[in-house]
Amino acid sequence: MTPALPRRSATSARTTPRVRSVLPGVRLTLGFTLAYLLFLVIIPLSTLFVRTARLGWSGFLEAATSPRAIAAYKLSVGTSVTAAVVNGVFGLLVAWVLTRYRFTGKSIADALVDLPFALPTAVAGVALTTLYAQNGLIGALFAPHGIKIAFTPLGITVALTFIGLPFVVRSVQPVLETLPKEIEEVAATLGADRWQTFRRVILPALTPALVAGVSLSFARAIGEYGSVVFISGNMPGRTEIAPLLIMSKLEQYDYSGATAIAVVMLLLSAVILISAGLVQRRAARRAA
Amino acid sequence: MKILKTIARLTLALGFVAPIGGTAAAQQKVTLLNVSYDPTRELYKEINAAFAQEWKRRTGQDVEIKQSHGGSGAQARAVIDGLEADVVTLGLAYDIDEIAQRGKTLPADWQTKLPHNSTPFASTVAFVVRKGNPKGIKDWNDLIRPDVQVITANPKTSGGARWNYLGAWGYALQKNKGSEAAARDFVARLYKNVPVLDAGARGSTTTFVERGIGDVLIAWENEALLSVKQLGPDKFDIVIPSVSIRAEPPVAVNEVVAQKHGTSKVARAYLEFLYTDAAQAIAAKHYFRPTGPRSLAKYGDSFPKVPQFTIDQLFGGWAKAQKTHFADGGIFDQIYSTAGK
Repeated sequence: MTPALPRRSATSARTTPRVRSVLPGVRLTLGFTLAYLLFLVIIPLSTLFVRTARLGWSGFLEAATSPRAIAAYKLSVGTSVTAAVVNGVFGLLVAWVLTRYRFTGKSIADALVDLPFALPTAVAGVALTTLYAQNGLIGALFAPHGIKIAFTPLGITVALTFIGLPFVVRSVQPVLETLPKEIEEVAATLGADRWQTFRRVILPALTPALVAGVSLSFARAIGEYGSVVFISGNMPGRTEIAPLLIMSKLEQYDYSGATAIAVVMLLLSAVILISAGLVQRRAARRAA
Repeated sequence: MKILKTIARLTLALGFVAPIGGTAAAQQKVTLLNVSYDPTRELYKEINAAFAQEWKRRTGQDVEIKQSHGGSGAQARAVIDGLEADVVTLGLAYDIDEIAQRGKTLPADWQTKLPHNSTPFASTVAFVVRKGNPKGIKDWNDLIRPDVQVITANPKTSGGARWNYLGAWGYALQKNKGSEAAARDFVARLYKNVPVLDAGARGSTTTFVERGIGDVLIAWENEALLSVKQLGPDKFDIVIPSVSIRAEPPVAVNEVVAQKHGTSKVARAYLEFLYTDAAQAIAAKHYFRPTGPRSLAKYGDSFPKVPQFTIDQLFGGWAKAQKTHFADGGIFDQIYSTAGK
């Protein structure tokens, strides 16, 4: 899928016969793509690093590795990973049901999946907190057993699971739809039981999409602020997520301190997303 | 490098399109942007209408005042980053100090330009309790009782909540003959009773009112009165402590920007208007305490009498208070790093 790069000299590029692409001008489209990425991604992210650089190395270390910051990273990464994994399991299930079965209200259920995309996160946060607080509809069921959901890391995980669900479902669904039902039947005629069919036939085909969905869900969760601040309780060192710490640094006009934490978050996410990408590629190769 | 050239061309094209929106200067009508903090939306709506009438009568010119509201700190950062406010009316002087220092769009001595520390109307910190006051909360020292749960926002993220914290500190300081250690111990015990630290003052009101969490909400008097009126006079009571902090939300002309806009005169007139009887009456209606002597005489009785200390008296101004209490590693952080263990 790599686009044909233009030759060094313009004349030879014009004279070399090429397969005509549907979109016009490699030069124009590639140029546009790069300009687009430059303004929207590369320049803003570089500013982040430039601002952090003002701190100097020791200042950066001090801002980025304070006990409060470490506690916040642990909490943010921990709850985001948990939420992404939970979404991996249940998102797969939802996608499976939505593609393999017919039932009344299916299109409504299908549309519901996208709701966390569209809902303003603050609304989601307030709604979830209302439900999961001790006097809320769901929270009240757990409170007598000594389980608190809102204002604990568990509550944060609930919010992150909510906002991440569509990513898994929407990544897996199209792949499932193109996976012919016949191969399940073939597996069965060859003597595979249900578990073997799922484990050996369906799962390998789905893994790349599933990994992509889970890592998107994680990426969304790690930076989430709007919905979490309502349900987390924001207790320093206990339920304070990293994005909140960034906000509290900004509130002190400590721009460089805030960007220091942002840089750590960015690197953490990059490492996790890149390794997910590697897993995905390997799985895709094996499935092919 | 053809691609680089194409990028450059596209960038140029963008540069030509961008300025079209920004240049149309108003000839007749003058527009002011008032960048304010969250709970003043309704207040300024009413004041702006009154000022527009007054200005029209005085000069024959139409004035439209645009409003922008948000958390005080977030608004200040927006102004520093280039939001072109003609006037700023924020929740605490510290935020305007930072605009002066970082944005350099107003002078460092901005707070001396208008009467009463540039605070046209003030408030104080009060308590909201459940109807009938079942826990018998009368004063600050009831907030550290082990059976009382206190709701207040995180002073690191909420400017309003910083006044609450300083109110508690000042009470303890006065009660213990100026002992810092005693004040610190008092505040630490108070925050031990706080089950949820919302990011903003609105969030803690929701926690207290909607979630039913906590026995007492610490809030600005004007917001306490407003939320009790809106959310149910039959569900909550307001308790005024024996002594409290004078909450001063100051105002200032964002001079460099106003000069650039050619609005210095009208901006100044707008802020001076806030001190007139007409504007003070509107402020009192929105539960802010007026500062003018005549308005005080007129509306003073509708507010309970409470001895108030100011941030300058007890804390030596915002810059110092911010550094000692709310900066990273400050007393608030220390309280939590010892409480966590």
